[in-house]
Amino acid sequence: MAPPSSRRSGFSKKAQYSLFTGYLLAGGGAVLGCALLALSLWQPGAFAPLRGAATDIVAPAGEVGAVTRAGSQGLFAGIAGYFKAGTQNAELRREMEIARIRLAEADAVKAENQRLKGLLGLNEGEAKPIAVARLVGSSATSVRRHAYISAGANDGVQPGMPVVSERGVIGRVLETGRGSARVLLLTDSESVLPVRRAKDNVIAFAEGRGDGLLRIRLVNLGVNPLKVGDLMVTSGAGGYYRAGVAVALIAKITPDGGIAQLIAEPGATNYVAVEPIAQAAAVEALETAEPPSPKPSAPPSPRPTPSPAALETVD
Amino acid sequence: MELLDPRARSDIYGKRINRAPSPLRARSVPYLTIMLGSLLPVLLIADLMPLSPSFGFLMLLGWRMVRPGLLPLWAGAPLGAFDDLVSGQPFGSAILLWSLAMIVIEIIETRFPWRGFWQDWFTASTIAVIYWLVSLLVSGASLTPEMLLVALPQALLSVLLYPIIARLVAGLDRFRLARARKLS
Repeated sequence: MAPPSSRRSGFSKKAQYSLFTGYLLAGGGAVLGCALLALSLWQPGAFAPLRGAATDIVAPAGEVGAVTRAGSQGLFAGIAGYFKAGTQNAELRREMEIARIRLAEADAVKAENQRLKGLLGLNEGEAKPIAVARLVGSSATSVRRHAYISAGANDGVQPGMPVVSERGVIGRVLETGRGSARVLLLTDSESVLPVRRAKDNVIAFAEGRGDGLLRIRLVNLGVNPLKVGDLMVTSGAGGYYRAGVAVALIAKITPDGGIAQLIAEPGATNYVAVEPIAQAAAVEALETAEPPSPKPSAPPSPRPTPSPAALETVD
Repeated sequence: MELLDPRARSDIYGKRINRAPSPLRARSVPYLTIMLGSLLPVLLIADLMPLSPSFGFLMLLGWRMVRPGLLPLWAGAPLGAFDDLVSGQPFGSAILLWSLAMIVIEIIETRFPWRGFWQDWFTASTIAVIYWLVSLLVSGASLTPEMLLVALPQALLSVLLYPIIARLVAGLDRFRLARARKLS
C-alpha cells in the first residue's frame, strides 16, 4: 500500500512546513521522553502522584476483573475436581498428614515464641491490618513485578507498609494513590527481604530473581545448612515486616543459599491485608512501657494512622 | 432495488444515501483503542513473569501500518505517556520509544513507499522485538539471564500477534468510518 499522496510535500511551502513541524514535534517528544526517563530512573518516586491518579481510575475496572477472576477460578477448579477426584483424595490425605505434623511443629514454635517474648518483655499481638483490599491488577507487560491493590491513602495506606495474604507475604507498598496503591511484589528483581528459617535462626536475604522464584542468600557463609523443603519466614529485621510471616519454601540448594518458591502467590490471592509498619508498633510499645522518658533514640519511623472506617470494616 | 436486495444501495460502511460518518468517531477511535490496549494487560495478575506483550504498542504499530497518515507523527509521545502511567515501566520510557518508533516507521515509509502485508509484518515485528529488548533494559531492574528467559515469550507473542492486530485494526477502521450520522 502506498502512503497517501497528501503526505508528499512537493513545492507547497505550507506542506513542507507542516511536514517539518511534524518531525520537529516527534523529535521533541523523543527528547522529552528521554529526559523524563532519566529523571524517573534517577528519582523513581518523582511521578508517583501522576501514576497514583491513573491507577485510581483503573482500579474500579480491576475490581470487576478480580471478581470474575475469582469466579472463573472456582468454575475451572470445580470441573477439574470431577476428573481428578481419586488422585486428589489420596493427595489430600497425604497433605493432611503433613499438615498435622506441621501443626505440632507450630505448637512447639508457639510455645518457644511465648517464652522468648516473655524474656524480651515484648507483648505484641497480631498486627491489626490497616486495610483489606483486592488485588486489582499488575504490570503484566513489564519485567518489573508490581501489583495494584484497591486501597490507598484514603484508607490509611502509606508507602513502605507490608502487604500480606492469609498464606504469607505478598510484597510492600511502593506508591499510593487516593483509592489504590502500587505494591512491589517479592518476585520483583529489586525486592530484598530479610528472612530466617522457620525452625531455627539461620538468617538470610530473599531476593526476587524476576522469574517468579526467590534467591535465598545466607548471611553467614560456611556450610550451607538449608535443605529442600525448608520454610523461610520474615525475620523482622529492617523494621518493615513483623517477624514470623511465611515467605517461601526452598526448592533448590545453591552454594550460597538456595532458590525458593513463593508461598503466597498473588495470582491465586483474592484479598490482601495491608499491615502497619512493624517498627512503628515496636516504638509504640516502647513508649507505652516508659511514658516519662522523652523520645527514645529509635529512628523516627512514619507512624501509621489507621482511619477508624478502615478498621471497622476489618473487624 | 431494496426489494430485491436490502443491501443494494450500501457498501461496507453502511447505507450511502443520506448518511455520513460521525466525525467524533472517525477521529477518536484510533486513540481510544490504543489506550485500551495499554489498559487491558493491567487487569491481568502477572505475579511470576511478564504475561502479555505491550498491546498498546502493538495497536499503535497496527494503526500506523494499516492506516498510514492517520496518526500524526508526534502521536507517539502523548499515547506513550498514557502507557507509562499504567504499564509499570519508568515514566518516560514509552514516550521515548513510541516517538522513536513513529519516526523510524516514517523514514522507512519514505524509503519504501510501496509496501505489502509481509513487509509490514517484517517491519512491525522487527520494531516490536527491538522495543521489547530496550524496554527490558530501561525497566529500572538489573537484567539477569532468568529475566530474559521468562520475557522471551513476550517477544515471540508480539511477533505472532501482528496479523491478528492488523485484522483487528482493519475491522476497527470499518467501524470508525461507518456512516453513523444521518443527514437531515
